[in-house]
Amino acid sequence: MSRYSMHILVCGGTGCKSSDSDILVEKLKKELDKQGLGETVQVIMTGCFGFCEKGPIVKVMPDNTFYTQVKPSDAEEIVEEHIVKGRKIDHLLYTDPETSKHITDSNRMGFYKKQMRIALRNCGFIDPERIDEYIARDGYMALGKVLSEQTPEETIALMKSSGLRGRGGAGFPVGLKWEFARNNVSDKKYVVCNADEGDPGAFMDRSILEGDPHSVLEAMAIIGYCIGADEGYIYIRAEYPLAIARLKTALNQAREYGLLGKDIMGSGFNFDIGLKYGAGAFVCGEETALIHSMEGERGEPTLKPPFPAESGYLGKPTNVNNVETLANVAPILLKGAEWFSSIGTEKSKGTKVFALAGQINNVGLIEVPMGTTLREVIFEIGGGIKDGKKFKAVQTGGPSGGCLTEKHLDTPIDYENLVENGSMMGSGGMIVMDEDDCMVSIAKYYLDFTVEESCGKCAPCRIGNKRLHELLERICEGKGETADLDRLRNLGEVIKDTSLCGLGQSSPNPVLSTLDNFYDEYTSHVHDKKCAAGVCKDLMEYFILEEHCVGCTACARACPVGAISGERKELHVVNPDTCIKCGACLEKCKFDAVILK
Amino acid sequence: MNKIKSLSDLKKIREEQNRSIELRSKGEAAEKLVQVKVAMATCGIASGAKETMEFLMDSLEKRGVNAVVTQTGCMGYCYAEPTIEVTMPGKEPVVFGNVNTQKADEIIEKYIKGGALVDGIIPVNYETIQTKE
Amino acid sequence: MDHIKLLIDGKTVEVPKGTTVYKAAKEVGIDIPVLCYMDLHDLNIENKPGGCRICSVEIEGRRNLAPSCSTNVSEGMVVKTNSMRVINARRTVMELILSDHPKECLTCAKSGNCDLQDMAIKLGIRDIPGQEYAEMSTYRLDTSPSIIREMDKCIMCRRCETMCNDFQTVGALNAVNRGFNAVVAPAFEMNLEHSPCTYCGQCVAVCPTGALTEVDHTANVIQALSDPNKTVVVQTAPAVRAALGEEFGMEPGTRVTGKMVSALKNLGFDYVFDTDFAADLTIMEEGTELLDRLSRHLDGDKDVQLPILTSCCPGWVNFFEYHFPEMKDIPSTARSPQQMFGSIAKTYFAEKIGVKREEMVVVSIMPCLAKKYECQRDEFSVDGNPDVDFSISTRELAHLIKQANLDLSTMTDSEFDSPLGESSGAAVIFGATGGVIEAATRTAYELQTGKTLESVDFKQLRGLEGIRSATVDFDGLEIKIGIAHGLGNARKLLEEIKAGRSEFHAIEIMACPGGCIGGGGQPLHHGNSDILKARTRAIYEEDEAKTLRKSHENPYIIKLYEEFLDQPMSEKAHKLLHTHYFERKRKVFEV
Repeated sequence: MSRYSMHILVCGGTGCKSSDSDILVEKLKKELDKQGLGETVQVIMTGCFGFCEKGPIVKVMPDNTFYTQVKPSDAEEIVEEHIVKGRKIDHLLYTDPETSKHITDSNRMGFYKKQMRIALRNCGFIDPERIDEYIARDGYMALGKVLSEQTPEETIALMKSSGLRGRGGAGFPVGLKWEFARNNVSDKKYVVCNADEGDPGAFMDRSILEGDPHSVLEAMAIIGYCIGADEGYIYIRAEYPLAIARLKTALNQAREYGLLGKDIMGSGFNFDIGLKYGAGAFVCGEETALIHSMEGERGEPTLKPPFPAESGYLGKPTNVNNVETLANVAPILLKGAEWFSSIGTEKSKGTKVFALAGQINNVGLIEVPMGTTLREVIFEIGGGIKDGKKFKAVQTGGPSGGCLTEKHLDTPIDYENLVENGSMMGSGGMIVMDEDDCMVSIAKYYLDFTVEESCGKCAPCRIGNKRLHELLERICEGKGETADLDRLRNLGEVIKDTSLCGLGQSSPNPVLSTLDNFYDEYTSHVHDKKCAAGVCKDLMEYFILEEHCVGCTACARACPVGAISGERKELHVVNPDTCIKCGACLEKCKFDAVILK
Repeated sequence: MNKIKSLSDLKKIREEQNRSIELRSKGEAAEKLVQVKVAMATCGIASGAKETMEFLMDSLEKRGVNAVVTQTGCMGYCYAEPTIEVTMPGKEPVVFGNVNTQKADEIIEKYIKGGALVDGIIPVNYETIQTKE
Repeated sequence: MDHIKLLIDGKTVEVPKGTTVYKAAKEVGIDIPVLCYMDLHDLNIENKPGGCRICSVEIEGRRNLAPSCSTNVSEGMVVKTNSMRVINARRTVMELILSDHPKECLTCAKSGNCDLQDMAIKLGIRDIPGQEYAEMSTYRLDTSPSIIREMDKCIMCRRCETMCNDFQTVGALNAVNRGFNAVVAPAFEMNLEHSPCTYCGQCVAVCPTGALTEVDHTANVIQALSDPNKTVVVQTAPAVRAALGEEFGMEPGTRVTGKMVSALKNLGFDYVFDTDFAADLTIMEEGTELLDRLSRHLDGDKDVQLPILTSCCPGWVNFFEYHFPEMKDIPSTARSPQQMFGSIAKTYFAEKIGVKREEMVVVSIMPCLAKKYECQRDEFSVDGNPDVDFSISTRELAHLIKQANLDLSTMTDSEFDSPLGESSGAAVIFGATGGVIEAATRTAYELQTGKTLESVDFKQLRGLEGIRSATVDFDGLEIKIGIAHGLGNARKLLEEIKAGRSEFHAIEIMACPGGCIGGGGQPLHHGNSDILKARTRAIYEEDEAKTLRKSHENPYIIKLYEEFLDQPMSEKAHKLLHTHYFERKRKVFEV
């Protein structure tokens, strides 16, 4: 084995790949060969680094140099300057938004400082297509240890005391779930990995599967051993082609090593894993709907009980955990329940991965200990609000979470606190809004999604969400009435109260939480017909400022409906009744005299 | 690929493979480790920097020093190649010139392990990007 | 069995473990409203998707409301079915459902017989907030020979799906699309006509709204009746007389044969005949065919197909033509009674009364919707003139009678006309599951053994079990008989035959639960299986009341063979009374 003195890690996640990071890898290799360094400098395509805002990411080791937004054309410079001459390349370095200085060492970046990576431990570190690198990072040690040294009961007890809870949304204790599946006697049981990540903006599961697929396979085998199953399935959406490809590679490698298959590590335990593809229905993230979809049935939920642990895939006891949950399993078994439970809050242990999106500087994927505050996440890790704007709200928990505001910023994030404040953990989406966001429109936006993604099985979700959406649409169009606000609340609460599954039970959250926290925005839409954020076009009017207008007539000539009147060199006026709000006048005015208000 | 038939098989592979990622792991915790940079530009290589580097890598490992050895570009001391820069945890980097394997051996024993200075130190007369911060 | 004690609206209830809250509440006289839920418990048919949420109740300690139809009781549970929270939720959900349902009640086929309408009345809904700007889901109207799908009226109760998939295993109807656009439809939303639908009509029988209805032929019948140049002949299927009374407020199980005949005569039919006559004829043909195949089999003929399957049920014929085309040689070639009747009416009887074929209109009153399709099949017409012109359901007959200002309940009894009105008790029991095979046994036994049956009641062939079997001793020869009702049950027997594991000599199959008495054209049972049992009882009472109990003793049948057909399975009988089957093509993309 040749001994490399430098490693160049290039992000091979879907985001960076779509920005040509794969071409970059090829070019780097070519440049290194040109310099005769092919044998001393290794180029590795890793999983996601999380800092997607600035992708593609390149990290040079061992000096921890963190390059952002690297294009294939930068390959030559990286090799010639950094590798050969040892000079870091200024324009590719990350610039600290506060000090405006370049940061060379990723450990000093605000984005990484407060992070603690357990589930993402190998993402952006190892080559996900090489099982050896996973093994080098203690991969499959937990499986080996469990198989040779621990009984299933002991393992389940350990998981229970670690306090790990499901990362898919509801936060059910993982050890307990395994125990239920174990205690149901059956000739056949199944382990299912829920990789049907569907929240808009959330991609932690995809990143783990792309960056560290073996961690999921190892955990599934461990569950198989614990509950007495010899067959597992990963239910993954077909829109994740890279994750699927990496999983297939990983499955083949694990089978070749005998880490999946018959008599794993001489223990007599058999376990293998297959893939099932979903067509991308949000509701199939709900475990009963997922199982129906796996069976080839329509992907819609059924009432629990019976829980999958009693009657799941093909009617057999089935344990379903999501990807992030599984990625936590091996470290817990290796480092112990005490280590894990020392991280986090009283009822929520360990870390949580969040996908930061919206009006935030550092869009990306982060992992922090439970109990980190929203303020730390948004302002320290997330780098604050874009363009120095004012923070308004953060929406957590995916499309059916709620909006939290300024007053919630110092709340430590855990399952209970989020629910208490009208939102939820969900799968860990976090969408930040600033002063330019209209909260009524935001609520409407989320309902767009749930209306589309409802399976249509139960009436409150099928029809109720549609009606909620219609009400919000009317309010945004300025047709809202006072009674509509009460209707919104009643409808929202009844939908929550009566829907069949978690989708409908939480879909009104964005409406209810914005009603709670931004009631004045609703009333100004309904009573004053005003949208302060300037988002709802129907509530805005074009207006010409007297002090700026020179009477050049450009706006009047541009207006397609003749809504602007005024003599040459005199003030022009927009007739709001005729105006169709096309914006042509604003575009044409050279004197900033036309405004929208 | 040979099948892994037991936990000890797995451990063996882990030990073997650990080298492939060691550099990265060390890089993550570089501040707590001895960092050795070998100037590997054309002049350095011509003066034997490759042998120096291999010697450093092997010897440090054999002598149980937790160090991260990497290459860097030309340091500008062409008159004193091969040059290496050694950074002890928490200390300022020190550059040594004319480091052949014999000198390297001395640096390991005296400076890195013993903390005593050895001959051949080149005074720092340039700014690195890091120091600009 | 473990018992569980709980409190519902302050009343203590003790019920077996596994009971639902809905059923437990019933025990103490609390009638929680249900909409999508349907339980035909004697037939093992249950629909409880938990979709409508009308039956939601409050359970102490639970975060959200629970659907009582599908939530099991637990020890110490405290349930409230009428709290403000529940009432508000129920009303709001009902308003939501109605907000996406056309308000065409006045002209809807289901008006007055609609579960959704009843629920709106029960909950006292007077206004649907926001209706003026609420978007309604709209779908293409789909008309087939038997069934009309008007999915704008669908409330996604999924009952039709349960019948079509779980009970019938036909798989024509399934939920498609998502969210607000979700609807029950054939795959790719193709027309029912191009789907595997058998027209059994069980979807129509359970649909709580006007989304699924029969194709209405009453107008055609009225037109024929008012045409002075037409001789209109009517035939009534056995199951109709056991259910028609329900449409006029009579108790389920009331036999209205005589009143029905009076009503039909009042309506102006020229001849009121009985499909039962043709049922006797069917037994002659099918029974002979059975004995023929049986004796060839006993003689060692390897090519003979056994078991023989009955072929009276058009839903069943459609089923095997679509799903088991490779077995289309196994069923009897005998036409169904409806078609035998039409064939004889337009030949033998038309000749007898000197009416030309084109001048005769044959109307059938059937408990069945598949009969509408059956009478339109090409092989049952001569030069474009069908043997049976119009088939109308029991429900359509009730409408006709009501339109003619007649009150069935106060009518006096009349007798069927001659000669096609005479029938045996064996023909009557065609209306219930097991009846055809019992009738065939009565005749085949006597023909085979030459002996007279001591007792004609083969009780072992009766009942509501989905699949039943019995062995009848034909004087030393053991005849093994299988019976299935419901196409899902039929499928099981067919799979056995396919696998070469079937030990039956003869099998009777009926598509509908309980046989024809539970047909898709019958008065709606609204999920009450006691109604089906009452109709079955009426059928067997009618049989017992008859003096003639065996088909081959029907004097008019004997006369028909003497005068016209020669003997069973004769060449003429083959031409007029037998048929052949086709593989039904799958026209998936011809929408």
